[in-house]
Amino acid sequence: MSDDLSKPFTKSSMSEEEIMKINKERKIQVTSFAFMIFLTILAFIAVATETIEVGFAIPFILLLAVVQFFLQMYYFMHLKDKDHGWPNAFIISGVVLSTPALIALILLLGVTKY
Amino acid sequence: MATATATKDKSVLWDWLTTVDHKKLAVLYLIAGTLFFVKAGMMALFMRIQLMSAENDFLTGQTFNELITMHGTIMLFLAATPLIFAFMNFVIPLQIGARDVAFPFVNALGFWIFFFGGLLLSVSWFFGGGPDAGWTAYVPLSSGEYADLGLDFYVVGLQVSGIGTLVSAINFIVTIINMRAPGMTMMRMPLFCWTGLVVSILIVFAFTPLAAGLALLMLDRIFGGQFFIPDMGGNAVLWQHIFWIFGHPEVYILVLPAFGIISEVIPAFSRKRLFGYTAMVFATLVIAFLGFMVWVHHMFTVGLGPITNSVFAIATMGIAVPTGIKIFNWLFTMWGGKITFNTAMLCASSFVPTFVLGGVTGVMLAMVPVDYLYHDTYFVVAHFHYIIIGGIVLGLLAGTYYWYPKMFGHKLNEKLGILMFWLFYIGFHMTFFIQHILGLIGMPRRVYTYLEGQGMETMNLVSSIGSFVMGAAILVLIINVVYSAFNSERITVNDPWDARTLEWSTPTPIPEYNFAQTPQVRSLDPWFYEKVHGDGTMKPAEPMTDIHMPNGSILPFVIGLGLFIWGFGMIMINMDDTIVPPFLVIGTGVILTFGSMLIRSIKEDHGYHIPLEQVKKIEKEVS
Repeated sequence: MSDDLSKPFTKSSMSEEEIMKINKERKIQVTSFAFMIFLTILAFIAVATETIEVGFAIPFILLLAVVQFFLQMYYFMHLKDKDHGWPNAFIISGVVLSTPALIALILLLGVTKY
Repeated sequence: MATATATKDKSVLWDWLTTVDHKKLAVLYLIAGTLFFVKAGMMALFMRIQLMSAENDFLTGQTFNELITMHGTIMLFLAATPLIFAFMNFVIPLQIGARDVAFPFVNALGFWIFFFGGLLLSVSWFFGGGPDAGWTAYVPLSSGEYADLGLDFYVVGLQVSGIGTLVSAINFIVTIINMRAPGMTMMRMPLFCWTGLVVSILIVFAFTPLAAGLALLMLDRIFGGQFFIPDMGGNAVLWQHIFWIFGHPEVYILVLPAFGIISEVIPAFSRKRLFGYTAMVFATLVIAFLGFMVWVHHMFTVGLGPITNSVFAIATMGIAVPTGIKIFNWLFTMWGGKITFNTAMLCASSFVPTFVLGGVTGVMLAMVPVDYLYHDTYFVVAHFHYIIIGGIVLGLLAGTYYWYPKMFGHKLNEKLGILMFWLFYIGFHMTFFIQHILGLIGMPRRVYTYLEGQGMETMNLVSSIGSFVMGAAILVLIINVVYSAFNSERITVNDPWDARTLEWSTPTPIPEYNFAQTPQVRSLDPWFYEKVHGDGTMKPAEPMTDIHMPNGSILPFVIGLGLFIWGFGMIMINMDDTIVPPFLVIGTGVILTFGSMLIRSIKEDHGYHIPLEQVKKIEKEVS
């Protein structure tokens, strides 16, 4: 039985409906990918061309980063899909654990210089 | 190792080097962990001999620093962690009714990478002495300016062994979430599995900052970086933050599985189910979460300001609440139970008051104003040894006596066991209780000698004698292992303790596939449920068929070896004159590591099947 595992299948075992769903999923993936590239370019332009003043550029690119983070997680890494409760739990607890640590580090090291 | 096996055509050595069986890897972890434990314990004895009398010159200050660093580093990374992994490896797949962990190959990989990382750290003795900046390796003490080659071994060795710990932890998370038998819901999992899961999550979140910090320190030391060098614009306090963001969860990484072991042993020998199971699970999760929010309590005296200190002080005291829940649940489990006081139960029940002592001093240390008094004195040493020995080591000893019959097919001798327990318990309190007082009268930690006439001689002598008693206890344990291997009666029944969880439903010796048929779980404590409400056997959840098993592989060993050589090459960059150029060694290591990965990726390996007739034959043999 295990010997046949390396042979390629001649024909897909998915139904019409499943194939359609996969194709739709692919479209969403490509769109979100293109959108994310656009966001990245926007961030680059915001910093590089100096058309936006520095004080505004930092919150602006941070906002873009947050949007991109959610797109990445939910559309690219499939967290929005069904049966992704455990990955969701892990990512969320990772965010919950690392955010205070990062904020604390920025504040503490920013205030107290050695 | 008692395992009935279907393939007996391998030589013993080759079999152990290539094994991917979680039960054999558990034994490998146990042996490696014990070796490192004995080694670091010897270092502690040397240090206690040095401190026995005032102005002793048994060791030089430099050797003492190296011993103190290696004792801490080895005990935490290379002794306690693998010993815990030994039990997690052996018990968790059995307790959740699985045939093996989710990725057997990765399991073997985790062991060998950890082992070679530990070896890399240990060979530092042969190249100019061990690391000497304390296990916390604070910069600037650990920077290139002040610390020698030993610290390069610390930085690189811990990175390598950290990779091993990380991959093993990821493997356990996947195993516990995906491989549970039918009916084994999350809230029916034994508490040891719960703590195993939580600890694995903690490892994933805590070892990553450590890896980052060590990588930065390595860049500083080997490649002339400046992250932590104040003269060049770096920040020395940053290292302390990164280290303790890892370091505090590390304490819980070690102690939570011990909690899990205690929560298995106490119900089994009290003949009662665990009191407040749901509260125990909840408390475990809360401890894990809070463990990440308190790292600054190691840094109160750095001078971060009163507000920061207060916030972290309160968070630290908050941990006492879920821990208290656990303590009371263990007490209520024992209350009214039919208690059998054998060695495992003695260790487990005496864990409770000992751990409370360590916890109380922990809350004392959390109070910022008095922490200025306690900081860097023997009070702190006494506190964390009460947590680590009184908590983790007693838990591990309880686990050893409890699971020994399942692991090796015979019990450990009870008389020697009880002797060991009392020696250990008395020796432990003698060594460390008095250190609280030593700390309070002002003995600083990490100093290799003290002056006469400061009232420290007698108490240090008592402490040293206690450490010898504790050493004698470990000696008795080793004698017990050897003695029992030859003289102890072989266990033929499944369940010598009349216990409650699923691992005791498997035959002894355990076949390599664990369960011929995956069991159907109907309750918390499934084995106990079947003994009381069923016919005393687990209901199968599937028909008996061929069993799919993974093939053994030498690649994990080779990858570990490759990382060892690679790491050694990195350290050679800092050596004065080397026989071969470092880049040749680094190249060899890289080729070995990535070459093995490539082979693993290209070569198809679907495992093999144990045919039905063979399964039936093995089942008849073991029952």
